[in-house]
Amino acid sequence: MAAAATSRLESLRNRGAAFGGAPFVGLILVAVAAGLVVGSLRSATFAQLTVQGLALGAVYGILALALVLVYRATRVINFAQGELAMATTYVAYQLIQWGLSYWEAFFATLAIALVLGTVLELALIRPVLHRSAIAAVIVTVGLFVLIDGIVNWIWGGDFKSMPSPFGTKIYHVGGVSIARLYVGMFVVVIIAVLLVWALFRFTKVGLGMRAAALRPAEAAFVGVRVEWMLAIGWGLAALLGAVAGLMTEPSQFLLEPTLMQPILVYAFAAAVLGGLESPAGAVIGGLAIGVALNLVVQYVPAITSELQTPFAFAVILAVLLIKPTGLFGHREVRRV
Amino acid sequence: MTALLELDDVEARYGPVHVLHGISLAVEEGSVVTVLGPNGAGKTTTLRAVSGTVRRSGRIRLGGRPIDRLGPDGVARLGVAHVPEGRGTFSELTVWENLRLGAYTRRGSIQPELERVFSYFPWLSERRRQQAGTLSGGEQQMLALARAFVHRPRLLLLDEPSLGLAPVLVAELFRIVRELNEKEGLTVLVVEQNAHLALQAADAGYVLEAGRVALSGTSAELRADDSVRRSYLGD
Repeated sequence: MAAAATSRLESLRNRGAAFGGAPFVGLILVAVAAGLVVGSLRSATFAQLTVQGLALGAVYGILALALVLVYRATRVINFAQGELAMATTYVAYQLIQWGLSYWEAFFATLAIALVLGTVLELALIRPVLHRSAIAAVIVTVGLFVLIDGIVNWIWGGDFKSMPSPFGTKIYHVGGVSIARLYVGMFVVVIIAVLLVWALFRFTKVGLGMRAAALRPAEAAFVGVRVEWMLAIGWGLAALLGAVAGLMTEPSQFLLEPTLMQPILVYAFAAAVLGGLESPAGAVIGGLAIGVALNLVVQYVPAITSELQTPFAFAVILAVLLIKPTGLFGHREVRRV
Repeated sequence: MTALLELDDVEARYGPVHVLHGISLAVEEGSVVTVLGPNGAGKTTTLRAVSGTVRRSGRIRLGGRPIDRLGPDGVARLGVAHVPEGRGTFSELTVWENLRLGAYTRRGSIQPELERVFSYFPWLSERRRQQAGTLSGGEQQMLALARAFVHRPRLLLLDEPSLGLAPVLVAELFRIVRELNEKEGLTVLVVEQNAHLALQAADAGYVLEAGRVALSGTSAELRADDSVRRSYLGD
């Protein structure tokens, strides 16, 4: 029985591997995009759900990108990434309470998140990482609980609200109504992603970080301060998470300690779908999950909005069973 | 001539296993020195002790300055480039990014350094956008050497450069090392299995056995030594 199940799984996986390769994935993405455009032209509701899904999905994508950065830097899945994002959103809330404008608080929070993430890595992750990655993962689970407790202790568990960063304006394009909020969320996230991409692609410190993550020993040979680079990687991930938190709050209209818990599940789904190693995959995975959730809840009667999070979990399972490397991941192939 | 690199009674170990039991050697400024010896004698570890990539004790000086307490990035910053065995190229990165990493600890424009490196390895210039992992083994070894040289090192540590390379490429590689030494005054400490080649390219050599220096001398002296001829030159 078990053997038969295993072999069936194996054959599924082989078929999944046959669907590998960039051209095939590219083809799927083009087909999906075409389908979304056609659907949007035929139905205003479909168009609205797609646009909203892209905005929410961008947020899942940027949190997924944070997970991928941390995974690439230290081979650790950071279960506290969402809680860290939630906590930094509370920091922004506090700064606004103290009199800063929304956008002043936004940028101050990003700086605080960068420092916080770096310090957390140096203080809590680095000391146990020398023993094993599993120990570090357990520390992140502990961090999840710890951050949750601290936020509840400082700010309480009741709802807070922040001023809306984008106002309540609604654009009308054809027969489709698009809230300025969703356009704003999407644009902010994409700008943040592009800036981080440019940092990695075009700057010396970005190159050092990539080298440190890819080959720590060789990076040390050329004088890269590997441990610092990996810590800054955690800092950047916390910064991206802060963007995710700050963009989730307006879409939920309320701030509470559980703000990011469903978002973290969607981000995991996005990261796994993208291949866990691929930054671009994480963002594209996030957009796909965002749109898919919105459309599925609307058009598949069996899946109500209560089943959104389990649906995302089903995506994680399906990807891990059928194509563990995701859309953009690849098995390690090295020329010797 | 003064010694650029001096090791005095250096010990090193991996966990509980002692690999070096008190190595002393000196590399003169502007010379090429080779380290010979059987597998497991501690040749690679000697280089790693210098570059700070293994736990070591004893005194190591670069240009008179103690470096035995520095980590690998600190040693690299003082002008030591280490090309590890198995090349250590970043196969996921492009040729240009590999070269850029070579000059990681340098400030300011690296364009002049790149021009100099391209004058020795002209083919690298045309392939700067190519992913390093798609180069052949020989090309990757050349890239590793070029990357070390962009750093404009005072001292180049070269570990088993001939490993896995066709003889014609090995000869080419040693020709370039020799040229860098003669034209640029580059000081080189090279570990090599192929004793014929190594003693041809080097001015002096050390023979290690079981973590100790068993023999040392100029290349000519070593070539004339009976035990070296028997063990390493196959005479």
